[in-house]
Amino acid sequence: MVTLNMLVLVSLLYVALLFAVAFGADRAALRGRGRWLRSPLIYTLSLSIYCTAWTFYGAVGFAARSGLEYLTIYLGPSLVMVGWWWALRKMVRIGRSQRITSIADLISSRYGKSNLLAVLVTVLAVIGATPYIALQLQSVALSFSAFAQNDPGSELPSIESTALWVAIGLALFTVLFGTRNLNANERHHGVVMAIALEAVVKLFALLAVGVFVVWGLAGGIGETLARIDQSKIATWDVPSSRWVGLTMLSAAAFLCLPRMFQVMVVENEDESHLRTASWAFPAYLMLISLFVVPIAAVGLDLMPSDANPDLFVLTLPLQEGRDGLAILSFLGGFSSATSMVIVAAIALSTMLSNHIVMPIWLRATGGSAVVSGDVRQVALLARRLSIVGVVLLGYVYFRMSGGGAALAAMGLVSFAGVAQFLPAMMGGIFWRGATRSGALVGLLVGSSVWLYCLFLPSFGPSALMPQDVFDQGLWGMSWLRPYALFWTEGMDPLVHAVMWSMLLNMAAFIGVSLISFPTPLERLQGAQFVNVFQHSATTGGWSGGLAQSEDLLIMSQRIMGASEAQQFFAKAARRQGLPGYLPEPSTDFLQQLERELSGSVGGATAHAMVSQIVGGATVSVQDLMAVADETAQIMEYSSQLETKSQELTRTARQLRNANDKLTQMSEQKDTFLSQISHELRTPMTSLRAFSEILRDTDDLTAAEQDKYATIIHGEALRLTRLLDDLLDLSVLENGQVILNVEHGTLRQVLDRCVSVSGGDARNMVIRRNHEAEDVMLHTDLDRLSQVFINLISNARKYCDADEPVVTIRTTSEGDDLLIDFTDNGSGVPTDQQSVIFEKFTRVGQNEARGAGLGLSICREIMARLGGSITYLPGQSGASFRVRLPVAMKMAAQ
Amino acid sequence: MSEDAPKPLFLERATYRKRRMGDAARLLPVLGIVLLALPMLWSSQAGDGILTTRVMGYIFGVWIMLAVLGAALQAYLAPDDRKADSSKDE
Repeated sequence: MVTLNMLVLVSLLYVALLFAVAFGADRAALRGRGRWLRSPLIYTLSLSIYCTAWTFYGAVGFAARSGLEYLTIYLGPSLVMVGWWWALRKMVRIGRSQRITSIADLISSRYGKSNLLAVLVTVLAVIGATPYIALQLQSVALSFSAFAQNDPGSELPSIESTALWVAIGLALFTVLFGTRNLNANERHHGVVMAIALEAVVKLFALLAVGVFVVWGLAGGIGETLARIDQSKIATWDVPSSRWVGLTMLSAAAFLCLPRMFQVMVVENEDESHLRTASWAFPAYLMLISLFVVPIAAVGLDLMPSDANPDLFVLTLPLQEGRDGLAILSFLGGFSSATSMVIVAAIALSTMLSNHIVMPIWLRATGGSAVVSGDVRQVALLARRLSIVGVVLLGYVYFRMSGGGAALAAMGLVSFAGVAQFLPAMMGGIFWRGATRSGALVGLLVGSSVWLYCLFLPSFGPSALMPQDVFDQGLWGMSWLRPYALFWTEGMDPLVHAVMWSMLLNMAAFIGVSLISFPTPLERLQGAQFVNVFQHSATTGGWSGGLAQSEDLLIMSQRIMGASEAQQFFAKAARRQGLPGYLPEPSTDFLQQLERELSGSVGGATAHAMVSQIVGGATVSVQDLMAVADETAQIMEYSSQLETKSQELTRTARQLRNANDKLTQMSEQKDTFLSQISHELRTPMTSLRAFSEILRDTDDLTAAEQDKYATIIHGEALRLTRLLDDLLDLSVLENGQVILNVEHGTLRQVLDRCVSVSGGDARNMVIRRNHEAEDVMLHTDLDRLSQVFINLISNARKYCDADEPVVTIRTTSEGDDLLIDFTDNGSGVPTDQQSVIFEKFTRVGQNEARGAGLGLSICREIMARLGGSITYLPGQSGASFRVRLPVAMKMAAQ
Repeated sequence: MSEDAPKPLFLERATYRKRRMGDAARLLPVLGIVLLALPMLWSSQAGDGILTTRVMGYIFGVWIMLAVLGAALQAYLAPDDRKADSSKDE
């Protein structure tokens, strides 16, 4: 006969063993030993926290009530594990490369680090997990009471107080081993080792009970099968909807349960462990569920009809007087319950502290965490309090619900709640189009339906939901009845709720994602998550301590300069009471360093650089974007500078050119002034001299008088011509000229010009192509002639060839008519080419006539006519090109 | 045979086999789903239902087969140098 005290002693010893194992594993991991801590076997065993007390005790009860249906709870996860290649591999890779700390973190990170989403997921997870934790406490308390009934001599502690002691013990254990280090991403070797041990214990216990039942009680396999065939669960009558629905639900929950995410993704040491777990874990689940139906059938046969089938695993050995086996069975149930509570508390506390407590604390303290430097302690405290809070919440729920049968049904309700994360999570890692708004709306819709159709009704009619809502629907709307949404009557309530919540969740998620637009951060994160295999090698471990300081020093030397950096580091080390140059990379020191560095490279860059070395984590996208912003600003600034300097250079060059031209023109003006005074003076002198002769000399012959008068007349004409030219130019330049537009062929115009300018006289040959000149012109022909005459007479004046030849070539370029006047002289010197069209320019020192206004006038005329005249360098001699635009050529054709 | 030939269109036998085994590993859950859905379609001629023991035997058989096949495939596909060497001897 097992006394209750003995049982308590055994449990305490067992807990002490767990403590020792956890402590030893932590120590071994700290010393870098214990490769076996990171073996795939440990990983597979740690996954077994899926099998809670609900499995250990509840599966038999489940089977006793509804036959093989309980298998769905284990077949779903088995299929997920066998198909690890599809989803789990990606989840684990993302979790490792993004340093994900929880499922809330995964979803929020994917959708642009939205804290709102994280809070929503956390709250839902807590709502879903609390009844589950309560269930574990209840099962331990019930198993105690089962022993108590067999031990009438001892005073029976109330179920409530047992549950409280269990809760306190679990909270203590979790706080001790679950929050040793702040970095939630760091592996909890102690905890994982402990739950691996518990996995072995519970499997062994259940198998032992199974073997005892089959060979000890039933008398062999054949006998057992016969008993099953005779029991009330002899026939296979699982409704298809529940068979499919529950398998899918358990598969979804397996991926989404916070505690499963914790062991599967966060605690994952090596991706290749998944390979082993992919077959080993289904095998584990198979073994766990192997003896469930035999135990149920034999229990139903042997136990009194009012016995709770949930406790057959315990009560069968007790009734048969197998105390050792009963204690083993008790330990199995105890293991299942405790390992689940511990991991769930760690997972939930990480979520609670990271996404709810810390943001609130940071806001309350005015976001001064960066300055104060004690965030570490606050975060640890927050996590510890969250653990205590989560376990306490479970206990409170247990007390409130009264520990009735209602609790047993909570397992599947809880599954359906966390399954709401599935669309947002799977959509997030497989579909880049998934947006934050979609995830948010999907989660809200799905969880609302779940709350309305499953969670609230699960407390029973009239408990949290009035009876008439069940009958008539919310506000009397019949399509809103919680068990018959949209008039789908007669469905199993659980399948009904799961179907509608998941369907509406997915519809809302996809629909809103399609019409909303993601923020840049979301798009970046989306790409990183969905394409995680393209740009992530598995991330390495952390390097700690002084190695980081050294890296920091190397980096700082590059940025701050060697002596400054060394001084800064040495000072920090002295402050920490350390010799040498390398201080501990404390939060305080890192902040100072970051501030110091940000002076050189900008805040965001400094943060990114420091966190890259110290965090060991990949730089967050936010950091990168800030860096990109800063860089973009700098680049923009420098490109602006470059543009400005180019502009300045250009302006300077233009100014220099203008200055050169001005200087040249001023010289020309000087030259002109002396020239013009000479030009004016010469005829004036002749005029004065000859008019004086005419006036003062009396005995002049008629011939002489005639001669002098002719000279005077000629000189007067020359003066007039000079003044005419000046006047003409001034009129043209002021734009006051009135064009007299006529029709005529180019050939006629040229003919006239050649004859006016003296034709082929004085040995100058003019070569023309008359056919090309048959072009109708529509312009001011007189002005055009003026230009041509000027060009021909220039050639006549300046061509220094022995046999001067002028070639007039007419071509067309595009729509323009080009008329080139080329002579065979030595041409215009290069340095003069740019000034020949300026006023008062006279090329060379020759004694040619004219005041240097001819080409200026030509240029002005051509400008008025809409064409141009340019000097054509590189010809055999001086060459001018007259360009007439199309309008003047075409109009008459 | 040039040294810098482009990626061959067809793989050598061992690599080809490995890829097909990868496909098999990916399709294993599909096989599992189909096999586990099968009992829903069963009905007894007598009308008194299929025996639980028979369905149980079938499901556990499928379960064991999935685990064994999974283990075999993972062992074959595991990135292992020794395997890569010996694969030439096939």
